[in-house]
Amino acid sequence: MIVAGVDVGSISTKVAVLTPEKITYKMAPTGWSPRETGLATYQGLLQELGHSEDDVDFVVGTGYGRISLPFVSKAITEITCHARGAAHLVNDSTMVIDIGGQDSKIIKIDQKGKVLDFVMNDKCAAGTGRFLQMIAAALGLDVAELSELSRGKTPLTLNSMCAVFAESEVIGLLAAGRDKGEIVAGLHQSIARRIASMAQRMGKAARITFTGGVARNEGLCSCLREVLGAEIIVPAECQLAGALGAALLARDYLS
Amino acid sequence: MGDERCYAKSLCRHSKRKGEVRLRPALLESFQEIRDKNMLTFKEAKERGVKVAGIYCGYCPRELVLAAGAIPVGLCGTREEPIAAAEKDLPRNLCPLIKSSYGFAATDTCPYFHFSDLIIGETTCDGKKKMFELLGKIKPVHVMNLPQIPDRESSLKLWHDELQRLQKVIEESFAVEISEEALREAIHQTNEELRVRKELLDLNRNKPALISGMDLLMTTFQVGFNADHKEGVVMMERLIAQVKEMAAQGHQVGDEKTPRILLTGTPVGMGSEKIVSLVEECGGLVVAMQNCSGYTCTQFMVDENDQRDPLMILAEKYLSIPCSVMTPNPGRLALLEQMIKDFQIDGVIDLTWQACHTFNVESFNVSELVKNKLGLPFIQIETDYSNSDRETLRVRIEAFLEMI
Ligand code: SF4
Ligand code: SF4
Repeated sequence: MIVAGVDVGSISTKVAVLTPEKITYKMAPTGWSPRETGLATYQGLLQELGHSEDDVDFVVGTGYGRISLPFVSKAITEITCHARGAAHLVNDSTMVIDIGGQDSKIIKIDQKGKVLDFVMNDKCAAGTGRFLQMIAAALGLDVAELSELSRGKTPLTLNSMCAVFAESEVIGLLAAGRDKGEIVAGLHQSIARRIASMAQRMGKAARITFTGGVARNEGLCSCLREVLGAEIIVPAECQLAGALGAALLARDYLS
Repeated sequence: MGDERCYAKSLCRHSKRKGEVRLRPALLESFQEIRDKNMLTFKEAKERGVKVAGIYCGYCPRELVLAAGAIPVGLCGTREEPIAAAEKDLPRNLCPLIKSSYGFAATDTCPYFHFSDLIIGETTCDGKKKMFELLGKIKPVHVMNLPQIPDRESSLKLWHDELQRLQKVIEESFAVEISEEALREAIHQTNEELRVRKELLDLNRNKPALISGMDLLMTTFQVGFNADHKEGVVMMERLIAQVKEMAAQGHQVGDEKTPRILLTGTPVGMGSEKIVSLVEECGGLVVAMQNCSGYTCTQFMVDENDQRDPLMILAEKYLSIPCSVMTPNPGRLALLEQMIKDFQIDGVIDLTWQACHTFNVESFNVSELVKNKLGLPFIQIETDYSNSDRETLRVRIEAFLEMI
């Protein structure tokens, strides 16, 4: 049995293919055409594995681009897929924090990765991957550099949590000659606080799985650890939880 | 992978079961036309000298309007269109229902507002009571002083006084006298209407459901525009008979597995049906609505054999409506719990119109009841009438349905 999960996010597209022997992944930037990127990434991975589309028994599509994928057998929301994928990657975790390109979500899950409750911040860009990208650009940095730069720095207090105002606040702080590292540390802290206030509404969790591209930011992770007072686990496949969950749900569906 | 069924397949609008034809009761069409058709009836009635009172809320004792031989008509704003115009006078961060209501009046685009001789308002929430002050510049407005701690003796006394005052205002503005007999007849008529409304809404206690949430919303919304309330009763009775007949022939809406959703919170109508339509597009069914536009007010029928002062009977009736503007408001939770049982509910959506503080705060209690006490999936959705968040809401609603 071969099943696949295709997660077309706003920034990147991820595909997971599950054969009886192994799980393989592929990632690509989504670009302007979620439909084409979704298909190309999916076909690309199958080709690498020496399979054709006909060999695949079931495909689940997820992510914001899921509605534009004609080849999927079924579309399932990223909430359900992330929960399933995260539970597979990390044992005994009861909560998933996912910070994606254009939204962030907090999901309470059971042992099997079934969604018990969730909250989503989809109202504003603050606290999303795009927000970090914007601020990094304002600082003349790459997102990947943020974590390193903030290491060991005392966070500056940032007042604006609206993406637009935060950007001008950061520019103002730069102009005032403040240290970039301190600004970034402050940024991490304010994002962590915002996420924490959402998470606390879901009740307590001792072991939290952190997924999405932003989870690679160690600076933000340690802020979250501190603010939430919980163990924060970032699986190596943190960006692939959605695609993996989609593939696992495809397998569940068949069995 | 053809058409096999899976728990979530029916939830997905992209894989609608092929060949599924859902018959809708033919009589629904007659409801669709009420709002437009009745404009003429209203116009003719007005030419004959019949008076019209515009009302905005479940707390308005409409029996007093009926007893005066006048027509009560609900003017609650449920459409997006006049909101931009309303924002010229009102703040932007105000409940869309209030802005829409005011906008229709200010732009003179609601024929039913246009026909109204008197507007009756109540001191329900802050936004509404202040909006009525502005509305008073356009039309004669009478605002009733609604007490907000319902189970106090002093509240009932105040509300009874307010009903007496309203009676006088109506009698003066419409130059009529309201007899006790007319009032008892109006109570009877209103009872009839509530009875039939409840019967219609109760159709969906059946599992699978017999009528979609969108259809229920449309009929109950439209029927409010009937100039002749007795006609509305007859129309609903016919529709109920037709739905039952179709059910007997095996036509249902959805199946055993379709998620049965209860919508609670702020009122909805045509134009503000966003959440209902999203749930149903995503494969769920809104089988029941616990709000003042839905099931809530149908609970309060009056004992017609009660020989006490009819105004006192009405005061008691209206003061027991469990709306979030009251504090405390345990009646809503009790009703919710009962409805969740009666309608075999799988999940609850609590709708809060943006800037509606009372429902927004009360959502905490609702979530405790639904999530913690009853262990059912629950989601609160805060939104307005615009479609700008439709797609992000779709994700949340789809994910919510996937939890079931
Ligand atoms: S929600 Fe409450 S205050 Fe608002 S119209 Fe309904 S009954 Fe009146
Ligand atoms: S929805 Fe809330 S804010 Fe709006 S009119 Fe009703 S009670 Fe007032």
